[in-house]
Amino acid sequence: MIKLLVYALLLVILIVSVRASIKGLRNLPTYVGWLGRTWFVSFRVICAAILVFLITPILVIIPLSFNAEPYFTYPMPGFSLRWYEDFFVGEKSEVWHLAIKNSVIIAIFATLLATFLGTVAAVGLSNSRLPFKTFLMGFLISPMIVPLVITAVGMKFFYTTVGITPNQLSAISENLHLVPIILAHAALGTPFVVITVTATLVSFDHSLTRAAASLGADGVRTFFKVTVPLVMPGMISGALFAFITSFDEVVIVLFLAGAPEYTIPRQMFSGIREQISPTILAVATILVVLSILLLTTLEMLRRRNERMRGMTPQ
Amino acid sequence: MVQAAQTFQVAEGMSLKAALAKAERRNKTRALLLVLPLLVFVSFTFLAPIAQMMFRSIDNPVVAGVFSETLIVLEDWDPSGAPTPPEKAYETLAAELARGYKNRTVGRAATRLNYSQGGMRSLITKTARKISRVQVGPFMEGRWKDKFLEIDKDWGDREVWATIKYSGDRYTAEFFLKALDLGYDWDKSVTAEPENRQLYFLTGFDSVWWRTFWISALVTALCVLLGYPVAYLLANLPLRISNLLMILVLLPFWTSLLVRTTAWIVVLQTEGVLNDVMMFMGIIDERIQLIFNRFGVVIAMTHILLPFMILPIYSVMKTIPPSYERAARSLGATPWTAFWKVYFPQSLSGIGAGGLLVFILALGYYITPALVGGPTDQLVSYFIADHTNRSLNWGLASSLGAFLLAGVLAVYVLYDKLVGIDNMKLG
Repeated sequence: MIKLLVYALLLVILIVSVRASIKGLRNLPTYVGWLGRTWFVSFRVICAAILVFLITPILVIIPLSFNAEPYFTYPMPGFSLRWYEDFFVGEKSEVWHLAIKNSVIIAIFATLLATFLGTVAAVGLSNSRLPFKTFLMGFLISPMIVPLVITAVGMKFFYTTVGITPNQLSAISENLHLVPIILAHAALGTPFVVITVTATLVSFDHSLTRAAASLGADGVRTFFKVTVPLVMPGMISGALFAFITSFDEVVIVLFLAGAPEYTIPRQMFSGIREQISPTILAVATILVVLSILLLTTLEMLRRRNERMRGMTPQ
Repeated sequence: MVQAAQTFQVAEGMSLKAALAKAERRNKTRALLLVLPLLVFVSFTFLAPIAQMMFRSIDNPVVAGVFSETLIVLEDWDPSGAPTPPEKAYETLAAELARGYKNRTVGRAATRLNYSQGGMRSLITKTARKISRVQVGPFMEGRWKDKFLEIDKDWGDREVWATIKYSGDRYTAEFFLKALDLGYDWDKSVTAEPENRQLYFLTGFDSVWWRTFWISALVTALCVLLGYPVAYLLANLPLRISNLLMILVLLPFWTSLLVRTTAWIVVLQTEGVLNDVMMFMGIIDERIQLIFNRFGVVIAMTHILLPFMILPIYSVMKTIPPSYERAARSLGATPWTAFWKVYFPQSLSGIGAGGLLVFILALGYYITPALVGGPTDQLVSYFIADHTNRSLNWGLASSLGAFLLAGVLAVYVLYDKLVGIDNMKLG
């Protein structure tokens, strides 16, 4: 029975991809011979297989998070919301809630900091008069390139040296204990903002800022009233990158956080390390839904940006 | 006539040239001022920590601090001459061991010495414990060496003293040597570590450095192999369909790394989905091990990094006019020639951009190998973390980090030369 189901599923994928390519076949020029036509179909089947490879692992875990039994195999013996219950109201849910709270606070502040600093710097970087431009750009992008373990180990020692560890800061005020992680995540997020905002600034018409200046607006006013609205799409997509980077980051948290600084990725990491419980899959499913929302936002932004520039999608 | 000789002047009586220069300067300063806040921020939160870490790879304060007086005495002792240092060295070391035992600093020095020479930790701690009980007085004059030899006959060994001597250097290249499975011999010449302590470099294909390199290279190659066809398909389909299919690439890209790693564990584990499917289909008769080995690491890393390959290749392919290939065909080229001679060379810059990016990211991978790999599949990042948190050999962690950073930066410079950092695109 199950064997049949699996075969049926594979057959459906095959049929869909072959059908899709046969539709394309009709549009091929008549001079394409049978060899070319066979290749055309098999190429599309190969591509379909690769796309299946990309998406299946993510889709496979979603139904399993509704499994009534704590096993990760199909067929599922029954449907249940117990793992979501575990996460939202169960015994250990308090730790998860704390983790959500911390993750959200860290991500929001890190994003705000990264977006502000990154946008301002991007405006400077897109000025062709800036000296050492390539070097500065290379340096400011490097947090994205340097392996996370190196960054994390370096920060662990340095932040201890200068006295900004969670313990030392929470001795000053209870609310400060997340500051080291926020600073670290902001540093990681800035390259994304710099890249996306400089990309929007490439097509930026600099006569607009000059026009604003000639009409009597000072630098700050011009920046907020003219530049910011125009680079907004870049800023938002950079901010989303920074947000997801922080929200998903675990290496730095593992090194910088003390015992009470739970975050969602840290909880997941330790959960996976010990024994994957279906609760982890429930959290994973929620995170997938979150990334779908993010993806939709970005796609809408991209379309809006294209519309505003007069490039309508065909 | 007179006017022609005059230079142009602006309102304040400045020459136009000077006014322009001033405006340019102001422009330049403004650009710099805009970049400055981020520059300061990144320097403090990111550059300074890494600089300090790099310094730690040559910094060597422990032995120099705990055994400072002994080291002064040892300065006059040449290990290639007399096999053991003079009595004075034994006497000073006895005093410093006793002091270190009392204020608990000797353990750190013992651990540090053990990095240089196996067995030093137990020798030092044992001797410190016993020597601190010895009554100090004039009657011990000239008998310290005998006392040491009584505690352990290794104290008559040239190597033990030589280890203390060279480990006492305030700055050392020893951690860099250790990161390559090398070390100092008693005469401070560079030699290979004993075979049972080799791990990083000298064990050939099993070594950590080689493993890090070739897993990254393999993952990059697989990403090119899988990413190129998909990018080609996406770039050549009607926009409506390719936008839909793009979701299949972008959703994994935006999904949490931990979620994807979890997914692969669920799929690959022995009681997992893939084994089930293969059993049902009769491909295998017994469940096979797909995870906690090299296979799992390579598959999961390829999956996670594939979008980083597809997106740059796609954005380059979008700029290649389809008419070029058609022109080649109309001039009599076979489909293969038209692709290989006309289309492929134009898409190379995309492969370069994606390949270098994937390679850089793969070199530093930590989480995924830690979760889906076995003990012999860990990349160098794992050992940096391990030496930082568990064995506390921070010098070695830092020197491994320095080598890794140098490798990554070399690829980064290559990326800048070939692709240009300005051309880096996201999503």
